[in-house]
Parts: sequence; C-alpha cells; structure tokens
Amino acid sequence: MKHLQRLGVTLIYLFLFLPMGVLVTLSFNAAPRGVAWKGFTTLWYSKLWDDQAILEALSHSLEIAGQATVLSGFIGLCAGITLARGSRLSKRGLNQLATLPIVLPEIVQGLSLLCFFVFLAVPLGKFSVVIAHTAFGSAYVATLVRARFLAMDPLLEEAAADLGAGQFKILAKITLPQLWPAMVSGMLMVFTLSFDDFSVAFFTAGVGATTLPLKIYSMLKFGVSPEVNALSALILFASLILVTLAFWNQTTKENRLRGLS
Amino acid sequence: MSSPKAYKDTGFAFVAWAWIFSLVVAPLIYIVVISFMSRGQYGGIQGPLTLDNYSKMFSSGMGPTLASSLLRSLALAFLSTLLCTLVGFPLALFLVFKAGRWRNVLFFLLIIPFWTNFLIRTYEWVVILSDNGWLNHMLELLGLGPSALHWLFTSQAVLIGMFYNYLPYMAMSLYVSVEKLDTKLLEAAADLGAGPMKRFFKVVLPLSIPGLVAGSIMVFIPSLGEFVIPDILGGGTSLFVGNLLAQQFLTVRNWPFGSALSVALIILIGICLFVFEKVTKGKTEDILA
Repeated sequence: MKHLQRLGVTLIYLFLFLPMGVLVTLSFNAAPRGVAWKGFTTLWYSKLWDDQAILEALSHSLEIAGQATVLSGFIGLCAGITLARGSRLSKRGLNQLATLPIVLPEIVQGLSLLCFFVFLAVPLGKFSVVIAHTAFGSAYVATLVRARFLAMDPLLEEAAADLGAGQFKILAKITLPQLWPAMVSGMLMVFTLSFDDFSVAFFTAGVGATTLPLKIYSMLKFGVSPEVNALSALILFASLILVTLAFWNQTTKENRLRGLS
Repeated sequence: MSSPKAYKDTGFAFVAWAWIFSLVVAPLIYIVVISFMSRGQYGGIQGPLTLDNYSKMFSSGMGPTLASSLLRSLALAFLSTLLCTLVGFPLALFLVFKAGRWRNVLFFLLIIPFWTNFLIRTYEWVVILSDNGWLNHMLELLGLGPSALHWLFTSQAVLIGMFYNYLPYMAMSLYVSVEKLDTKLLEAAADLGAGPMKRFFKVVLPLSIPGLVAGSIMVFIPSLGEFVIPDILGGGTSLFVGNLLAQQFLTVRNWPFGSALSVALIILIGICLFVFEKVTKGKTEDILA
C-alpha cells in the first residue's frame, strides 16, 4: 500500500515535469526541427544572444511586468487597506467586485479591456498591456493584503494611537511593516502572472508591444524554434535557483525564530 | 480605541474604487452596451440599439455551432475539474499525512511548472502526443506498434492539456484545506472503529469542502473560457466557446456579436457559480447540523 502510494505520487510528479524534461532535452538537441535526438549541442544557447526578436520580446515582457508590478502593488495596497479598514459600503462593495478579476476568465477581461481602450482611444501598445495587467494584478495584491490584515493584531495599532501616534505614523510604523510580507508575495505573483500572460496581452497589445508569450505564440504554428526552448530552459533554471534560495532563506528564518521562542 | 478605523475611506478608498470602476466594472458595462449595437461597415460599432446579436445566437446559422461549442466547453471544463479532483485529492492527502519531511519540497515542486511559460508548457505536449512524438515512441518500444495513439488535435489532447495546467491549482487549494484539518478528529474516528474509507468520506471530505470549492472554481471557470489550449492541442478542429469569442473579435471583427457572446459566457459562469454555492452550502449546513 505504502509503495503503491509512493509510486502514484511519483507518477503525478513525472507527469507534471514531463514537459519540462522535453523542453530541456530539446534545447540541447542538435536537430533544429522535429523531436528525434540528433546529438548534444549548446548551439541554441549561443544563437539565442543573436536573436534580436526574442531578446526584444523578452525585454518588453520584463518592462511590462515590472511596471504592472509596481502599479498593482500600489493599487492593491490601497484596495487591501480599504477592504480591511474602509467604510462599510467600501468593504462590502469592493469585496464583491475585487474578486471579479480573479474569477473571470482571462479572455473576457482581455476583450472587455480591448473594447474599452478602443472606446477611450487609448493607443494599443506597451502602456495598454501594463494597464490591463494592473487591472487583474491589483486584485491579487489586494486579496493578500486583506488576508494579512485579518491576521494582524489590532491592539498594536490601538496601542500606538493611545501613545499619541497620528494616523500616518501608525500607518508607516505599525501597519505597513506588518503588511510587507503580503506585499512582497503579492507583487511577486503579479510579476509572474504578467510575465507569463498571453491571453490578456493577446487582446490588448498593439504594434511594438510584442511580449515574449506573444512572440512564442506567433512561432507555435510553424514549430517553436530551438532558441525559444533554450530561453525557456534558462528562465526555468534561473527561477529554480531563485525559488531554492527563497525556500532556503525562509526555512533558516523559521529555524531561527524557533530557536528564539 | 478608534485607531483601526482611523483611516476610514480616505485616499486609499478613492484609489481602490477608481481601479475597480475604471478597469473592471466600466469595461464590463461597456461590452454589455455594445452587445446591443451592430457591426459597422469597417468592423466598427454603430447604433441604434438592437437585440439582433442575441437573436443571432439562436439562428439556424449560428445556433448549432454555438450550442456544440458551449456543450464541448462545458463538458471539458467539467471533466478537467473531475480529473483534477480525482488526482489532486489523493496527492493533497499524501502531502499532508504521508510526505513527512518531504512535504514542503513536494509542495514547492507543484509551483515550479508555473515558472515555464504557459504556451511552452502546453506546446511540449504537442511534442509528447504527436503521431511520431515521445509517447508513441515509448509505446513502440513496448511493442505496441508505430503511432499507436492519434491523440494530438483531438478533445483528449485538450483535456490532457487542461488537466496538466490546472492540476496544481486544485492540489494546492486542497492541500491548504486538508492541512488545517485537526488530526485528533481522525484519531477519534479511528478509535470509534471507522475504517480508512469511512474516515475519508465522513471526516476528511466534509471538512475539505472549502478547498474543494475554491479549487473547483479555479479549474472550472478558466477551463470554460479557455481558448489557447484548444488552439494549440485541439488544432482548431474543434471549436470551444473561447475560440469562437476570439474569432469574433480578431478575425471576423464583429465586436457587437462577440460582446453578446461574452455576456452569455459571463451569465453562464454566474449560473455555474450560483449552482456551486447552492450545492456546497447545503453540504456544509448538513455537517454543522
């Protein structure tokens, strides 16, 4: 029974990582097209640096994700604060509406924003994609900030007020430092979602705003070039390293906290 | 004592409402408005207000296509939710109760696939499933003959793609729910003579309903509007609602009709969410009673 369970779980993880295996394998495959193994090469990795179109798409994606992350962080913080501490009307109304960007399918968000941008004569380009990503990104930050608020001890703020701290001092010295973890994870999430987003950008991007997913999509019909596989493998390796570092950092922190208590 | 309410609806609320109204509510209202207008000569939008777009959904030209794509999308969304639950639940249980010190690592591994671009992740399934792909090679090595499976560009391939992409959401959502479970309840149930099956159905399952609902919504709703996975793995042969929508906006350029379709999709999602809530509300009340 125990072995059967382990086998099952191993199979699930193999299934989840199978495409990653294909990707990494193909990025080292000498054959430029097709799936047959034609020998090991690192040619695609060196060729990647000469592929202007892919690198440009990558830089667009990074730029858009960066801007959307900052904007979403700001709006999400404001919305999270309102969700937790606003007037009754704001709390109720926003609570219902703020989940819409998370619940609605991306295609509906993408095309409703497309129509709206055209209506307002907002030119479709990098800016429109940033705004579209901020539309849903803020919802994720707001949800996390609100959850953090609910877990916070309100006595701390009350104590600060009793000791004579003003509204903004409480915010800066008591509330924001406690909200920081939620902000960081929320913004990381927005960056990832924006960087990976195809559906919303598909509708809201215009000329000169080809993001990496859009670029990859344009290649799919003719087969993904090995350079894209190489780039994806590099992104995968980089994020694996980052995730491992974050994971390691968190566990050492937790261990340190455990040591303290 | 009033400090937690100290910043009652100030600038924060203004920013929050400005965002919700201008980027979420207004665009949705706008597509409802244009769904009642008609297509201009050059693909633009023109008045007067009309119900044509909605009646077109039931016309002999559009009706059957729309009905079959709706049914296909609903069926696939349902099947992928079911598959994700059937695989995700045991996985979540294993992570919480059996994984021991591997628990955190295994949970983290669920997130890693998200760090590869969604399109690439999905496209690699073309490589795996195609007639001369990895899977058929394996089957050939097992002696099942060349190109045993013709799955690529069928609904099975789309289902695999959806299951693959949405499984982590379901598993993580169930994990969070199962993790909160008080193990004393399980011990008590075991002491009272409940077998593993009975413990699962009478204790674990009822208490995991919040996670199951959240996970189902995270799988079902995006599956319903999915247009990229069918595009890549379905080969465009079978139309899903999402593909129909994208087509109206980008190829046919009939925005008013496309908007009417989106409104129909939103209403359908609303109905599904309502049903979800009704079904699960009954369940949770049963448990509490």
